[in-house]
Amino acid sequence: MKNKVMTMKEAVRTHVHDGDTLVIEGFTHLICFAAGHEIIRQNIQDLVVFRLTPDLIYDQMIAAGCVRKVVFSWAGNPGVGPLYGLRRAVEQGIPRPIEIEEYTHFGMVARFVAGAAKLPFMHLNTFSGSSLPQKNKNIKKVKCPYTGKAFATVPALNPDVAIIHVQRVDKEGNAQIWGLMGVQREAAFASKKVIIVAEELVDSSVIRSDPNRTLIPGMKVEAVVIEPFAAHPSYAQGYYDRDNQFYVDWYKISKELKGMETYITDWIHGISGRNEYIKKMGKKKLSELKADRRLAAPVNYGY
Amino acid sequence: MNSVTPGEIMVTRAAKELKNGEVVFVGIGLPNLACNLARRLQAPDLVLIYESGAVGAVPSRLPLSIGDPCLVTDSISVCSMVEAFYYYLQGGMIDVGFLGGAQVDRFGNINSTVIGKYEKPKVRLPGSGGACEISIHSKKIIIILKQNKKTLPDKIDFITSPGYIDENNPRIEYEMPGRGPVLVITDLGVYTFSKHTHEMVLTEIHPGVPLSSIKENTGWEVKINDNLSTTTAPSKKELRIIREDLDPDKIYLR
Repeated sequence: MKNKVMTMKEAVRTHVHDGDTLVIEGFTHLICFAAGHEIIRQNIQDLVVFRLTPDLIYDQMIAAGCVRKVVFSWAGNPGVGPLYGLRRAVEQGIPRPIEIEEYTHFGMVARFVAGAAKLPFMHLNTFSGSSLPQKNKNIKKVKCPYTGKAFATVPALNPDVAIIHVQRVDKEGNAQIWGLMGVQREAAFASKKVIIVAEELVDSSVIRSDPNRTLIPGMKVEAVVIEPFAAHPSYAQGYYDRDNQFYVDWYKISKELKGMETYITDWIHGISGRNEYIKKMGKKKLSELKADRRLAAPVNYGY
Repeated sequence: MNSVTPGEIMVTRAAKELKNGEVVFVGIGLPNLACNLARRLQAPDLVLIYESGAVGAVPSRLPLSIGDPCLVTDSISVCSMVEAFYYYLQGGMIDVGFLGGAQVDRFGNINSTVIGKYEKPKVRLPGSGGACEISIHSKKIIIILKQNKKTLPDKIDFITSPGYIDENNPRIEYEMPGRGPVLVITDLGVYTFSKHTHEMVLTEIHPGVPLSSIKENTGWEVKINDNLSTTTAPSKKELRIIREDLDPDKIYLR
């Protein structure tokens, strides 16, 4: 069994390059901020980044100048306000101009499905009556060969690299998730290379004891990084809660360019990695966010 | 008890629209509060589905985002977003879709994408998320937003989520599965849609709101129903649930 475990530094240095197309997925849950921060620290440039919701992580990567283009379906800080890093880049070209390409959630989901299935496109029933197809020429139509009915189509997404955060993984990269799964499975299967970042490294026997929970198999995975708390301020169900206060505070931090730059200096460039980030956050915050215990009823896989 | 806020009357009015056993696709903010209020009152078996993949969620706190961990704990099912959109939504499982937005026009079309030109926006808004397909597939749509001449303008710059599109209702020509918006609930009143012109018609006005205020805060000459009624004010019980349990920190109901 191949041991794919390496540090975040090595994983990013080996597998993420200037000009790559990249997806760090996770819908609110399991967003790998630690990987985004390492990409910023290594000053990787000209990335084309995909996510349904760019969230704070792409806001930071855009503000740090790593991104050339962002492909998305909902760009905001949920329940709080706009993403100011993204807005400054789009509206004023700060720190560099970026391109945007916009879909709906369903459209992005279908793009990942097509990519994972190695189909050139997927059809779906949405967009009619909306202005979006006039602004995004990648949204096209196809006629059903059976009924003649028209459907919208979106092209496959096949990113160079997917970075997916999970709760537990073995050293080969068999990765298990519980709680919200978003489009991580599709994003992983659609991508040429997959980096798994996990809260915990477990023995393969643990994975094999509950195979239904394996979202991504090791055969799709290039690198495994074990980094607890790597999703903060996002969350990991059963490990730590979403740091909603940070999301609320981000409004103040990022609204002015200076605040954003100070954050990037202090919390990304100023530290070596997640270990130091956790220390800087302090024990109080960690214990506040620690998840309650809500165990599932065990199941019998015997026959 | 303090006087009722516009947000509270919007939430309680919206909650009344939800029937027990219905399946609702829930958005963040006021829709989320309305669904959880209905669940505490007349609709304990309301099924809450969030686009994040939480199905039959029973949130024990007010979620700031639609992907909050409290939506997972004790839910019926957690599905991927592929299933949420392809199977639940496009599969025709959703009775009610709840949408907000920055702007709504007289035909119930919603703009949550951009004010001004798309290429050179005056204000860049978050975009669709799942709203466009929710508006197409949910059996009916309820829209909630605060109204003024900017949020209910004569024309919107971008249709993110189609309502009836125009007076001819091309939804039928497009074979959209859902019938479209049935209600717009604002901080001033409640609107239904004319079966003939597909335009918003004021059918209820909130207690204490003068008719002149509706006219001053709508970007077109809004039609008024002959049988205009007054919205039922929130009861003490409804207010207690909202203020003590659902939004005690007044995150959404300032």
